[in-house]
Amino acid sequence: MSLTQEAPAAGNDVEEALKPFTVTVIIRRFDPETMEEPVWQDFDVQMFPTDRVLDALHQIKWEQDGTLAFRRSCAHGICGSDAMRINGRNRLACKTLIKDLDISQPIYVEAIKGLPLEKDLIVDMEPFFESFREVQPFLMASKPAEKGKERVQSVAERARFDDTTKCILCAACTSSCPVFWTDGQYFGPAAIVNAHRFIFDSRDDQAEVRLDILNDQEGVWRCRTTFNCTEACPRGIQVTKAIAEVKQAVLRGRA
Amino acid sequence: MTVESGGAVKAPPIETPKRGLRAPAGTLYRGTEGMWSWVLHRITGTAIYFFLLVHVLDTALIRVSPEAYNAVIGAYQTEIMGLGEVALVGAIGFHALNGLRIILIDFWGWATQHHRLLFWIVIGLWVVLMIGFTPRHLINVFSH
Repeated sequence: MSLTQEAPAAGNDVEEALKPFTVTVIIRRFDPETMEEPVWQDFDVQMFPTDRVLDALHQIKWEQDGTLAFRRSCAHGICGSDAMRINGRNRLACKTLIKDLDISQPIYVEAIKGLPLEKDLIVDMEPFFESFREVQPFLMASKPAEKGKERVQSVAERARFDDTTKCILCAACTSSCPVFWTDGQYFGPAAIVNAHRFIFDSRDDQAEVRLDILNDQEGVWRCRTTFNCTEACPRGIQVTKAIAEVKQAVLRGRA
Repeated sequence: MTVESGGAVKAPPIETPKRGLRAPAGTLYRGTEGMWSWVLHRITGTAIYFFLLVHVLDTALIRVSPEAYNAVIGAYQTEIMGLGEVALVGAIGFHALNGLRIILIDFWGWATQHHRLLFWIVIGLWVVLMIGFTPRHLINVFSH
């Protein structure tokens, strides 16, 4: 934004670009203490094209309706707290710019689907984290590292699972999965991604354990390759590809 | 720098009921080709299943009496069933081709990356097959 401000030649265009405009945000509200069902509520906010959906939510909460409830922590796409459904797609509110949305239409914001709704945009993430813990997402090496050394890994060996190290556990993928919506027992894309991260890690010795866990009726075979997860991932992880690799590893019986 | 002075704010006028509370339904998830191919795969799969169920039952009527079998199978000769057969062949054609696409996606990394292209190839092949089948079939159905 500061770049545009400093450009001297642009003249009126810059003035235009710097003016905020009205954006209608329609939020799916729910208060468990007073409501049976969620309802849609509209808010008008003044936004710059470079603002994010999170800024709109802040403006609503700080200036219009303090009861609006949503999660956010770092607000910079790292902590994974503010995954929500924006215009029908799972996105991080802090990474979705107003200019990338069609603002001639209202912006629809609702909680992610498939996890128990607690209030407004907040869902109970516990079932999601439970699946994550079940795949044992930590290094399990059978022998200790050489004395005074780290476990050595080649560049190629590290690259094998690089994509799946990027996960921030925001649940955008798992809650975009039609299978997960109807079958909450399914491990879901995020858990499989985090299993993939260790299954294909050359330093880890317990790939078989995780493959066995995921060779379950509710494991990788529930995946129907809708690619919603890949499309939703704010870190650009090729989630469906990772799941396909785990499927093949299960068939081979090893990583 | 305020904009209250009624200047040309670029935002298009949005007419919405102010502070309105609306019906509770959530939005439809806006998935891409992958999601819609899965939806079509489910619909065609379920439709084929029910057809097969009925077809097994009507074929089994031969054990009840040949007359009953002939009467029921005769119903397949009507024009409405002829149109239904177009839908059946369409459903099986899509389900078969998309099934091959899913196998490729599961076993071949390139296909996983290019699943959208594969979806449109499936649709293309399906259209070609249906163009080959439908006119010939309908001429048969309606010329009796």
